[in-house]
Amino acid sequence: MNDLEYQVVVGLEIHVHLATRTKMFCSCELAYGQAPNSRVCPVCLGMPGVLPIMNRQAVEFAILTAMALNCRVSPYTKWDRKSYYYPDLPKNYQISQYDLPIGQDGFIEIPIEQGRTKRIRIRRAHLEEDAGKNTHTFGDFSAIDLNRAGSPLLEIVTEPDLSSPAEVRALAQELQRIVRYLGVSEADMQKGHMRFEPNINLHVTRNGQVFKTPITEVKNLNSFRSIERSVAYEIERQLDEFIETGKTLQMGNKKTFGWDDESQCTVLQREKEEAHDYRYFPEPDLVPVEVSTEWMESIRSRLCELPLMREKRYIQQYRMSEYDAGVLTADRATAELFESAVQAGGEAKRVCNLLTQSGLKMSNDRGCTMAELGISPDKLARLAKMADNGQISATSAVLIFETMTQSTDEPEQIAAERNLIQKSDAGEIEVLVDQVIADHPQAVADWREGGKKSAKSRGFLMGQVIQKSKGQANPKMVSEILDRKK
Amino acid sequence: MLELTARQLRDRIVRRDICSVEAVEAVFAQIDKSEPTVGAYLTLDRTGAMEAARRVDEKIAAGNSVGALAGVPMAIKDNLCRQGAATTCGSKILANFHSPYDAHVVERLHAADAVILGKTNLDEFAMGSSTENSGLKRTVNPWDPTRVPGGSSGGSAAAVAARMCYAALGSDTGGSIRQPASFCGVVGLKPTYGRVSRYGLVAYGSSLDQIGPLTRDVADSALILQVIAGHDLRDSTSVSEEIAPIPDYSAHLDDPLKGLRIAFVPHLNEGADPQVLAAFQNAVELYRSLGANIVEVRMPHLDYAIACYYVIATAEASSNLSRYDGVHYGHRSKKADEFAQVYNLSRAEGFGAEVKRRIMLGTYALSSGYYDAYYLKALKVRNLIRQDFSRVFEQADCILMPVAPSTAFGLGEKTADPLQMYLADIYTIAVNLAGIPGISVPCGFDDHGLPIGLQILSGPFTEDKLLRVARMFEKTANLPQRVPAVLG
Ligand SMILES: [Zn+2]
Repeated sequence: MNDLEYQVVVGLEIHVHLATRTKMFCSCELAYGQAPNSRVCPVCLGMPGVLPIMNRQAVEFAILTAMALNCRVSPYTKWDRKSYYYPDLPKNYQISQYDLPIGQDGFIEIPIEQGRTKRIRIRRAHLEEDAGKNTHTFGDFSAIDLNRAGSPLLEIVTEPDLSSPAEVRALAQELQRIVRYLGVSEADMQKGHMRFEPNINLHVTRNGQVFKTPITEVKNLNSFRSIERSVAYEIERQLDEFIETGKTLQMGNKKTFGWDDESQCTVLQREKEEAHDYRYFPEPDLVPVEVSTEWMESIRSRLCELPLMREKRYIQQYRMSEYDAGVLTADRATAELFESAVQAGGEAKRVCNLLTQSGLKMSNDRGCTMAELGISPDKLARLAKMADNGQISATSAVLIFETMTQSTDEPEQIAAERNLIQKSDAGEIEVLVDQVIADHPQAVADWREGGKKSAKSRGFLMGQVIQKSKGQANPKMVSEILDRKK
Repeated sequence: MLELTARQLRDRIVRRDICSVEAVEAVFAQIDKSEPTVGAYLTLDRTGAMEAARRVDEKIAAGNSVGALAGVPMAIKDNLCRQGAATTCGSKILANFHSPYDAHVVERLHAADAVILGKTNLDEFAMGSSTENSGLKRTVNPWDPTRVPGGSSGGSAAAVAARMCYAALGSDTGGSIRQPASFCGVVGLKPTYGRVSRYGLVAYGSSLDQIGPLTRDVADSALILQVIAGHDLRDSTSVSEEIAPIPDYSAHLDDPLKGLRIAFVPHLNEGADPQVLAAFQNAVELYRSLGANIVEVRMPHLDYAIACYYVIATAEASSNLSRYDGVHYGHRSKKADEFAQVYNLSRAEGFGAEVKRRIMLGTYALSSGYYDAYYLKALKVRNLIRQDFSRVFEQADCILMPVAPSTAFGLGEKTADPLQMYLADIYTIAVNLAGIPGISVPCGFDDHGLPIGLQILSGPFTEDKLLRVARMFEKTANLPQRVPAVLG
């Protein structure tokens, strides 16, 4: 029964909160977690007589993102009113963009299995204002918090090019990485900075004929896990439904679902796509946006190498593992820290190891990025050099790295203060080696004889020399000198 | 003292011939006498006005410099926000609403040291031509209390005519300053769209609304326009002074224009009352006698102005008025017991019939399936109307028209037939669609002794020329000196 062939078809609608200083159309500061209705003014409250003022920074952020998503960026865009009645929408219309969005016809590359990427087309990216939040706390009454009302939102709509839950998740994560790289959004999922709405259906092949199942839209997903799981769940549900009822896609049979995190299933919200008539029309209170060539170019100059490109380059240029490249390019500042340290003379492999080993653990512990650990590229480069030329051991390098995150001391200074500089004076080491050889004739004999005990005895002798040096002898040199005496 | 113009009063106050407190007291005495009949005001702020007057007098006594409207008692239409004051828009839905901020023009009046007496009645949300659509009060024409004062700025026009203020602000979306000015025998100026910031003007038709003065004479309109004109960062549609500089509107007001070319549109005059037409013809002849070159022009698309206007204005209104829902502020139905009812009942109880009619018209025009046929087409017609005007302004400085087809009509005469009421806006509406400035100046009386207005139009941002042309007429017309009936 379940041996039907089918193809998963998913398009994604993403709302990204832009990290502008103020709201989209007024001068209220953007704030998260403030007392309800403490970040409002007559404009975002929709009081009689107020007028909106466009936030230039939001337009720049939107254009920058559209450029990064390879969109056609229109030098002329305008604003439209989208009408619907809801208590969290004070004007009962939302200022949005209808027929002239900021960006159109772009694409995003997302990583899929085995280092390959897939291109997902972007239909449009437009700016709009967010609504407030309904809370239900006062018995018979609902309370409304309008702090969020009027915050700038970038709505990005993909074509239905995604064909698995994993791809949907990959796109979500890649987009998060991109907007963070561009510095246009904190993209903090916990704070609701990104909301996702997948549109899902299946193309089922039965008896050589293709049947399209009715599209379902899952509303308001705000974690990567829930996006992936809700899509996976919908695939199963639609397949079951198709087998049971044979229902196919028709006008008006789109359903809207919510995601229940407790029971890990989708929950039907609206049976039929309501005949929503948003009565879009051009916002008469705002003038159209004309982006001059100079303005456009100044925005373009802020574009940077995107994470996926960077990741690929690291793998090639530095012969890094996919994992390491992924860790280093997770955020822009860390990637830049890495590259600056390499430019300052740190050996790439060594810098990479310091970051992906000590750095990653510490940043995870502290809940920050590696770039925020407080180590300058220059110090990082010097630390890598010290480890590289044997001045300090690999263990000491980790210790110094950790210390540097807590103090402003130079790596050389820390190494000296903690007696971590390795002895590399051949004569001095040879004296110690000779002493150890003299003190342990049996071990020396086992070592020189070869056979089973040889390696173990060599290790013992090495250890003795290092111990005698109070741990400061350069192990590489000890090993060389010892071997000369075999 | 009540017969002085705002400018004359201001000069005397500054010279300390009169003090502002006296002027305010005199106006309130007049209000006490005439207001019970006229009903121009929705709210009066006696205490605030007296305090403001006292402050101006003290400033002058202390030798400090004062603003262009120092101590002049003024009224503002009640769709202009004033901080802490009721801002009702003549609607039950905002009957108890107090604005938390000052409109841009109110800030400008304060900065010019004007004294605000109170707020005047209007058709609900400025939708109407007779002020009969006010949900809160009835205003009558001071020249004949059985007639309407015009609308929607009927309260402001009546207050100026009845000497219950020296000047007032109104708003004009389709004639709402010019037509009541004409009905009440005062001067009313609608500036170019974008000349005066709309911030704090409660929106009716956002792309048409413009604030302007209603005054005793042309010089007062120039004076007040000077105070309220200018760019405001809070209104994106207000035009920067770099693009459209603001001249001194009063400096050359009395200098007649030489080589003046005046256009009129004969075919538009069909259907106007003969007495209105006669007064209009006299005005044209007067200009001719002053040396103006008179040209007849055709403006073919003006015939569609009313239809076009009632699509665009109502579409914008349907959206602008959607915020009055009983959820956040304003009237909330006591009968609502679930959330959809809060919307439905609050709006059903709060809005009057005309507002509901226009919300429905506008909602329909914007609905999917109708948008292209109505709204989009109306935008195209609007462009053609604009082009009609710009073509005329290539060959003429000004256009003369009547303001309305008739003088003030009787109370209740047209309320039963909204279409008749709409059609009466024929001369004023196209001006808003084109965004150009227009002024109404008194040009005579009909057999009932009712004032007739002359409308003069000019190109965008040429209010200086418009005012000078109006002043030429005012200075030479020698109209009989009459006072409204309520002044007895
Ligand atoms: Zn705000």
